[in-house]
Amino acid sequence: MERRVVFTGWVFPALLLMPQLAVTFVFFFWPAVQAILQSVQRQDAFGLSTRFVGFENFAAILADPAYLASVEVTLVFSLAVALLALAPGLLFAVMADKVVRGAALYKTVLLLPYAVAPAIAGVLWQFLFNSSVGIIAVALRRAGIDWNYVLNGRQALLLVILAAAWKQISYNFLFFLAGLQAIPKALLEASAIDGASTRRRFWTIVFPLLAPTSFFLLVVNIVYAFFDTFGIIHNVTQGGPANATEILVYKVWYDGVVGLDLGSSAAQSVILMAIVIALTAIQFRFIERRVHYA
Amino acid sequence: MSARRVVWIPHAVLLAGLGLVLFPIYVAFVASSLTLRDILDTPMTLVPGPEIFANYRNALSAGTISTSGQPVAAMLLNSLVMALAIAIGKIAISLPSAYAVVFFRFPLRRVCFWAIFVTLMLPVEVRIIPTYKIVADLGLIDRYAGLTLPLVASATATLLFRQFFLTIPDELVEAAKIDGAGPWRFFVDTVVPLSRTNIAALFVILFIYGWNQYLWPLLVTNSPTMTTIVIGIRQMIGNGDAQTAWHLVMATALLAMLPPIAVVLAMQRWFVAGLVESEK
Repeated sequence: MERRVVFTGWVFPALLLMPQLAVTFVFFFWPAVQAILQSVQRQDAFGLSTRFVGFENFAAILADPAYLASVEVTLVFSLAVALLALAPGLLFAVMADKVVRGAALYKTVLLLPYAVAPAIAGVLWQFLFNSSVGIIAVALRRAGIDWNYVLNGRQALLLVILAAAWKQISYNFLFFLAGLQAIPKALLEASAIDGASTRRRFWTIVFPLLAPTSFFLLVVNIVYAFFDTFGIIHNVTQGGPANATEILVYKVWYDGVVGLDLGSSAAQSVILMAIVIALTAIQFRFIERRVHYA
Repeated sequence: MSARRVVWIPHAVLLAGLGLVLFPIYVAFVASSLTLRDILDTPMTLVPGPEIFANYRNALSAGTISTSGQPVAAMLLNSLVMALAIAIGKIAISLPSAYAVVFFRFPLRRVCFWAIFVTLMLPVEVRIIPTYKIVADLGLIDRYAGLTLPLVASATATLLFRQFFLTIPDELVEAAKIDGAGPWRFFVDTVVPLSRTNIAALFVILFIYGWNQYLWPLLVTNSPTMTTIVIGIRQMIGNGDAQTAWHLVMATALLAMLPPIAVVLAMQRWFVAGLVESEK
């Protein structure tokens, strides 16, 4: 889309663009180029010399069982987070769309986790499930479940999934609600007059019309689980026990900052970059389609 | 009969939703009003205790000196500076750049737009070490500038403003031109005032984005005096050697949630519309 009436000249717009372009080049493009360069280099143990190694870093990563395990953890983690954040978000939105009394209160409270930092959400859930003081942990133990997420990898993964999903419910709720409110009421009324049950109306009218929103949210949730959950992992499990919660972003940070293996960390960054680009591309292709059909 | 069912089911589900959202926050609140001994006496009570003021005062003034060397009040201030700098900084650089790409025709306009647009695909998490090196080379480690500048450029705000600017009627631009107003006057007198709602919505989104940052502050601040509250709380949770002071940790967690929640609640109306709009 373009404007018909515009101002002339190029000096003034150049000045207007300068601050953003400067920050973008210094802090986005330059580091991205550096990451790509580092990913095809290897430094010696003292950081004194650097040599070109081609795709060796990538080959090493992809052959490394620890990296592949981290890929698996990331896939399980992000799909579980997306599902556990999308389903309640949709359920609450469908219900909130029906009520009149109390609607404002419900919406306000369901909005709250959006404002909570992922790391803080991690702390809240960690406290509930802490094996010595957590009230849910104590209840689980009384029910005969041997709960100790510090030692049990599956339990640790479950805990970080719950914390990450809890925080994201608000976001999904808001978008699903906006999507529901955009559905023409006449459509639903017509189908009700034709005798379709509530359930049938949901699956044949509401759900298909919400499909674009759902798909958009699925991508957003996966991106969130991939990147924004670093604080949860770092706070709650530090990737453990035995790397059971080591998602890719955590591994990039750990290998680069703690392990000081810059080549490997950079190559991992480049792989992550490719993943974001792919997800963003999917999203935009899809949004363009939505413009045509809806 | 079915009409009756429809009446109570949504309320029951939504109340369960409120419970799910509020339970972890409520438990944290109760813990922040108890003594540590009360918390360790499992299962912890769910009735608030009398220690609330003592705990918050303790956390704010001195509570964490022993572990992180930093009172929570100072961490709150760091978080506030960071969140405000990121929110205001992003809006300040995005408004002019969006104005330039929408209201002017100049060479390389599309290139500039795309250069800004692709930063959507470069979150800080995928370029951490090279960005750290650049910030270190510029001598910005442990400075507010280093903490905020790399997070200030982003496409989200520019895209939102661009979308809004495209809806400003041509007649307004023509009228301004006839009145002899240049592009600067038009920007200041017409475009910025018209964007008030969008600015308010973006402010909320960006304030929360800034306040909740974790990985970047963790990398770029070494000095305890620069610790933000979201990072600092981690240092208060012991790893086995010492008993974690859960009453103070939970007081700190609530203090860390309060400012972003207050901003969201105060500006809820603009924020909800703006959030949904910004992602389209």
